[in-house]
Amino acid sequence: MPDVLTAPLVVEFPFTRSLGPVLSAFLTGLRERVVLGIRTRDGRVLVPPAEYDPVTGEDLHALVRTAATGTVTTWAWNPAPRRGQPLATPFAWVLVRLDGADTALLHALDAPGPEAVRTGLRVRVRWAARRTGAITDIACFEPCPPGTDAPAGPAVPHDGVFPDPVTILTTPARLDYTYTPGRALGRHLAALADRRITGERCPSCHKVYVPPRGACPTCAVATGEQVEVGPRGTVTTFCVVNIKARNLTIDVPYVYAHIALDGAGLALHGRIAGIPCDQVRMGLRVEPVWTGDARHPDHYRPTGEPDAAYDTYKELL
Amino acid sequence: MNGREPVAVVGIGQTHHAAARRDVSLPGLVREAARRALDDAELTWADVDAVVIGKAPDFFEGVMMPELYLADALGAAGKPVLRVHTAGSVGGSTALVATSLVAARVQRTVLALAFEKQSESNAMWGLSLPVPFQQPLLAGAGGFFAPHVRAYIRRTGAPADIGVLVAHKDRRNALRNPYAHLHEHGLTLAQVRSSPMLWDPIRYSETCPSSDGACALVLTDRAGAARSPRPPAWVHGGAMRSEPTLFAGKDFVSPRAGRDCAAEVYRQAGITDPRREIDTAELYVPFSWYEPMWLENLGFAAEGEGWRLTASGATALGGELPVNPSGGVLSTNPIGASGLIRFAEAALQVRGEAGAHQVEGAAKALGHAYGGGAQFFSMWLVGSRPPTG
Repeated sequence: MPDVLTAPLVVEFPFTRSLGPVLSAFLTGLRERVVLGIRTRDGRVLVPPAEYDPVTGEDLHALVRTAATGTVTTWAWNPAPRRGQPLATPFAWVLVRLDGADTALLHALDAPGPEAVRTGLRVRVRWAARRTGAITDIACFEPCPPGTDAPAGPAVPHDGVFPDPVTILTTPARLDYTYTPGRALGRHLAALADRRITGERCPSCHKVYVPPRGACPTCAVATGEQVEVGPRGTVTTFCVVNIKARNLTIDVPYVYAHIALDGAGLALHGRIAGIPCDQVRMGLRVEPVWTGDARHPDHYRPTGEPDAAYDTYKELL
Repeated sequence: MNGREPVAVVGIGQTHHAAARRDVSLPGLVREAARRALDDAELTWADVDAVVIGKAPDFFEGVMMPELYLADALGAAGKPVLRVHTAGSVGGSTALVATSLVAARVQRTVLALAFEKQSESNAMWGLSLPVPFQQPLLAGAGGFFAPHVRAYIRRTGAPADIGVLVAHKDRRNALRNPYAHLHEHGLTLAQVRSSPMLWDPIRYSETCPSSDGACALVLTDRAGAARSPRPPAWVHGGAMRSEPTLFAGKDFVSPRAGRDCAAEVYRQAGITDPRREIDTAELYVPFSWYEPMWLENLGFAAEGEGWRLTASGATALGGELPVNPSGGVLSTNPIGASGLIRFAEAALQVRGEAGAHQVEGAAKALGHAYGGGAQFFSMWLVGSRPPTG
């Protein structure tokens, strides 16, 4: 078995979220060291506040202010914090029912060890020094010092109005994958390093897949027979790209084409250069151009052969 | 329909689609559409037995579990809630999954909802991931579709102006639809024709916008339809088909999955001549040339003749077969919701409730959605009268 090719694939976007009136008030409140909940028609106080009653589905509007102290309702010790978690040192994940609330908030509790944490523990908010209107404005919870652990009173109505409210959040999301192209594509990539383009033939329909995926999606059988295709091919269809794409260094305009390499059962995609954009046409005969030590052809250029007849490639658009 | 329960659309709700709805959260956005659908049906949250949610692929706006995130906003506590996932066709598939729950008598009244906030998404690049060992070449959605448009033009000999006609028609139709995103008053054919060529042969004005929006339907059984305060739309047929994104022999201009899906819908609905028997169609046309392409794929025109139907004016409001009287995807495109909006607009037409973009006397209408690089298709045919048999 040859070496299996793998590489990291990181997918990361800074998604944004409009908050709507309820969450805007909640997060702006945190910035001002105010914890807001919301009261349901049957009198329960939800913290964090929900826009809609999770039981009845009704709209909720009655914001209330709760205390910044509360009681641990359950917990789990986290001995090895990971990137992005609230504390860098070991801590407890806790559900805290704030005084005046009927539901519990998930957050981190700074404690010296699991022996210092118990259900029923009285805790209080430790505010972050720099607050922006986010759940991280609560840096974490910490145990109430002895003598300061008396429960606060019930929640009181609050209009939720603050100057300069936070209305939108940026919430980066990141996924770390290990990508493995697999055996079929791995063989294709290895051949490319020798500047050969290979595919695999389906034993049933005899079509040659380039690049190969190890199986024919039409016949649902494994493909194994290695076939070298091209290097010349035919432009079957194309477009002229006039807007610059993110993360691409290619200057516009450029031609993005479907190219049926000689012997291939379907077209692959490539860029056409070495000819003005407005002279590229369906049926143009092209060949790959490799530059430097890049694995893939940088582009395809005209061979100078006569154009292919439409009937020879009309099934390969 | 072999002992299946007849299914009726009794509530339809949409948001006013826009480039950015910064005033509401995602829950707030879907709530607006769902509330309008319930109000239309004169029902309450308690009348809904199950909720089916559809949305675009996860990385478009980074919501991986909408069924969890949005359950409160959709009154789903204590009820089954399902999520459907078929790329751009998802809105249509969502309606069909909801339909099947009622048709099978699993539930009596089901809320179907689909949404997207493109302003808070990465639709353009969420599908163009930097896969290792692959050459980055993609040019965005338009770059994917433009070569297929060129192939259609070559195959049919269509005049270069057809796409311009479609874009102009759909944008003008949108002026009659208060929910449409784009309201381009005074847009002329010349302006469409002279708009920048982004992915030759696709011009800027021939592309769909990026929209925020949601759409919801209330589907119910025969007894529910009998209580409906407004005329119901009856589901006469519905089908989904899929095929691989790439395979040797794939016809991107007229995908087999689309043809097969339409044939199955027509079989269920007893349609033998779609052009004569169907009064209007809401087709998923994200780039203008897809109107003639789908007219052929769906059997409204013979192969190679779709552009003639468009050129003749038959697909305009007042024509023989109005296509996208709502303004279509070219005027409103919250991707995850776009398919459901097609289905909803078809239902509005046969209910006679489409307002200023009503097709007079529409009794049968087709709703169509596709997605995933012509990988998924979903369609339904709705009528003003209950299905027979």
